[in-house]
Amino acid sequence: MQIEKNAMAGTLESSDAMVTVEPGNAGIELEISSSVMNQYGRQIRATVLETLARLGVTDGRVTVVDKGALDCTLKARVECAVFRSCGKSDAGIPWGGVIK
Amino acid sequence: MIKRPKPERFRLRRTMMFMNAQKPGLIKDAYIYGCDSIMLDLEDAVAENQKDAARFSLYHALTTIDYGDTEVIVRINGLDTPHWQEDIRVCVAGGADGIRIAKCESAQDVKTVEAAVEAAEREFGVEVGRTLLMAALESPKGILNAYEICTASDRMLGCAISGGDFRKCMQTKFQKDGIDMLVARGQMLMAARAAGVQCFDTVFTDLDDNEGFEAEVRQNKAMGFDGKSLINPKQIRLVHEIFAPTEKEVLQAEKIVRAFREQSAAGVGVFTVDGKMIDVAFIPGAERTLKLARACGMYEGDL
Amino acid sequence: MKNAVGREIPDELLVGGKEVYQGKGYMDGKYIKKASPCTRRCEKPQESKIVDSIAQALRDCGAKDGMTFSFHHHLREGDFVVNMVMKAAIEELGLKDLTIAASSLGAAHDLIADYIEQGKVIGIQTSGIRGRMGQVVSEGKLKTTAIIRSHGGRPRAIEAGEVHIDIAFIGAPTSDCVGNCRGIGGKSNCGSMGYAMTDAKYADHVVVITDCLVDFPNMPASVEAIDVDAVVVVDSIGNPKKIASAAARISQNPRDLMMAENVAKVIASTPYFKDGFSFQTGVGGPSLAANLFLEKFMDERGIKMGWAIGGICKPMVELLKKGKIGKVIDVQDFDLDAVNSINQTPGHYEMSASQYANPANKGAFVNKLDFVVLAALEIDTNFNVNVLTGSDGVLRGAPGGHPDTAAGSKCCIIVTPLVRGRMATVCENVVTVTTPGDCVDVLVTDYGIAVNPLRPDLIKCLDDAGIEHVSIESLKEKAYSIVGRPDPVQFEDKVVAVLEARDGTILDVVRQIKPYTFED
Repeated sequence: MQIEKNAMAGTLESSDAMVTVEPGNAGIELEISSSVMNQYGRQIRATVLETLARLGVTDGRVTVVDKGALDCTLKARVECAVFRSCGKSDAGIPWGGVIK
Repeated sequence: MIKRPKPERFRLRRTMMFMNAQKPGLIKDAYIYGCDSIMLDLEDAVAENQKDAARFSLYHALTTIDYGDTEVIVRINGLDTPHWQEDIRVCVAGGADGIRIAKCESAQDVKTVEAAVEAAEREFGVEVGRTLLMAALESPKGILNAYEICTASDRMLGCAISGGDFRKCMQTKFQKDGIDMLVARGQMLMAARAAGVQCFDTVFTDLDDNEGFEAEVRQNKAMGFDGKSLINPKQIRLVHEIFAPTEKEVLQAEKIVRAFREQSAAGVGVFTVDGKMIDVAFIPGAERTLKLARACGMYEGDL
Repeated sequence: MKNAVGREIPDELLVGGKEVYQGKGYMDGKYIKKASPCTRRCEKPQESKIVDSIAQALRDCGAKDGMTFSFHHHLREGDFVVNMVMKAAIEELGLKDLTIAASSLGAAHDLIADYIEQGKVIGIQTSGIRGRMGQVVSEGKLKTTAIIRSHGGRPRAIEAGEVHIDIAFIGAPTSDCVGNCRGIGGKSNCGSMGYAMTDAKYADHVVVITDCLVDFPNMPASVEAIDVDAVVVVDSIGNPKKIASAAARISQNPRDLMMAENVAKVIASTPYFKDGFSFQTGVGGPSLAANLFLEKFMDERGIKMGWAIGGICKPMVELLKKGKIGKVIDVQDFDLDAVNSINQTPGHYEMSASQYANPANKGAFVNKLDFVVLAALEIDTNFNVNVLTGSDGVLRGAPGGHPDTAAGSKCCIIVTPLVRGRMATVCENVVTVTTPGDCVDVLVTDYGIAVNPLRPDLIKCLDDAGIEHVSIESLKEKAYSIVGRPDPVQFEDKVVAVLEARDGTILDVVRQIKPYTFED
């Protein structure tokens, strides 16, 4: 998928993350801040990059403001932001396909 | 990915606790409070512009979190919204045990949902018939059609009344003695029993009114409900306490079931236990009591 | 050198007879030589000790560079005293190289972080360290190594002369003109002044700072005029709203209530739960809520609590007033209900920190405790508890009375949710050991109960009562299965704080934090 326009998903509540995606053409530019950076920074980065790779996103600016979200929440927020950026988040989601 | 066991159409459902499917902090371990069923809500709890995000959260919660023995039901958006079809797809793909049809008014509503569920089961390679259904009756029309709704599909596990919307339709408000919904509750219960499915009461929303809550739960039990929808984990314990059988009932049930097995093996159909005439008609009730007693930690026997 | 909780203590810290932690009760029966202060004689009759300003009091007490000033923390997050005194010392008198020895410090003292960065304050000895001060100390900006002590370890260290207090500052809600102080009767009431008592007895000089001067004699005094050099009257010693919070309410959080009920069940399953038992609880959500369920069990069994100690708040006072507790002995008050009850409600008494928890005296209350219920930031599979450093390694907590009550009590119960957000509370290795695992008996979480294998007697109690329990390892695995296995926190080599066990041995060290990078 390609990030077509700016989009966002998630909140800044505890145990959630706010993910913003913006179009770009210089690969993935990922910025992460997290309340649990010291212990989970690398895992957060790995989860976000894996999710983007699964969605076939190769370019764009991705900002994650993490408030202690579990991996399943991070994935959900990244996926939703990317699908929203393409205007495809409302129906026909490939559950169990690239969403897994 | 978590593989949930095949849902049981008739199981213990004393407590069904609503949880906003969009709140990661809530849904990650709602099962620890020991409710029988969790109801992840895509409908009223989720803002209109977050329906899409809630589905992504729900999918990953369903496939990642081990809810153990707790049943996981999803309340989908009404058939008059643009959301319900995608709601059904995500529920089936994620392996939810059941779907609660909001604002159900007719057998046709059930059949519409059933068709979409079956299509989703085929799309995602899920065993056809796996996903259970239940109906939320929120209007007089829904209550009046309760029997045809409950018998509209083999997937139906039961029905529940939804007090908020129903009272609005009836132009009444919550009454302490339950008079506002007495007829509706009674009619729905009769329909459910006639259809052979379970029946659940509405939520009690005033979390500070412990007395009122207890009175309502006692009335629910007296009327014959199988369980109740809840909005807060702190309500679980009281419902389980009130729905628990008494020790005497458990002893009696055990005697009946044991005697029945011995007698029927010997070819006897009618016999007495403690001076009371017992026949096969008593057995389902006695077995239900034992099952309930086991769930309440009151019975550890072998029956 | 490795200590009894497996922590590597750098040899350069083991000087002047300092030892590493050897296990619970190691110092029992040994002798200490108590230090004696050098105090001024006030032989001639004296009308008043009131001086115009804090600066004047400092000059009168011979304040100079390199001195150690002590403070107590009854004014909690409302405290103005520490900042007022340090400001006068540094900005009016131009002093430097000062050490603050406080019973605890908090976010109210962010100003001190500036003085640390400027090199004016070079030493910190405290139980609690939070806010910006915790941050700058963790960043290695304090010139000397900070020393963290428990509430019982502090009076021990003062009495042993390991901390020599040059001037003790007593923030007093009321005082008379010669320095008899009380924690009530004024406008910034704090109730008990238990943490200030040892300071007043062992400091060379004592300065009372009050915002409510009352007629002589202010009796019964918590800090007595016989120890006081000067009295300063200021507009306000603190923000009353933050000194004593509104009544501590019992949590309505269902998770807290569920854990609290299990705590009460565990307590009721032990042989110590009998008429006249003794009890202390923290003021965290589930710890405090345990009171509610405990009361039910007490009523059921027809028994009463003999006495309760600790930081006190409303639920405890209520039980006392209902006649369900014999006596409440109080080192600190957390809410107005407790403040207004101390020395007023029959059976509600004040005690000093030494009386409360000092392991080197001959009769601390903690040693007669049956139960204590405590919280934790982290607890590891050896039952070691951390209540000092966050998951990022930064100082942001306080051992407080945690290690003292854990060591003294017959049954120490830790109650904490298994995970907080993405932090595993039950973990493989706590960042810092503040309470050693040999003092901790039972862990109650929202996912299950674990009993320390060192306590087969308690395991049997739970089994007999039909209370399910699991191994702490299985709880840790459950936590990691939810949040993922954490990377170890990265530190520099430099030790920024030493964590003393209550007996004065070294339990752990806190090292300088390393800026986070994604590189391995």
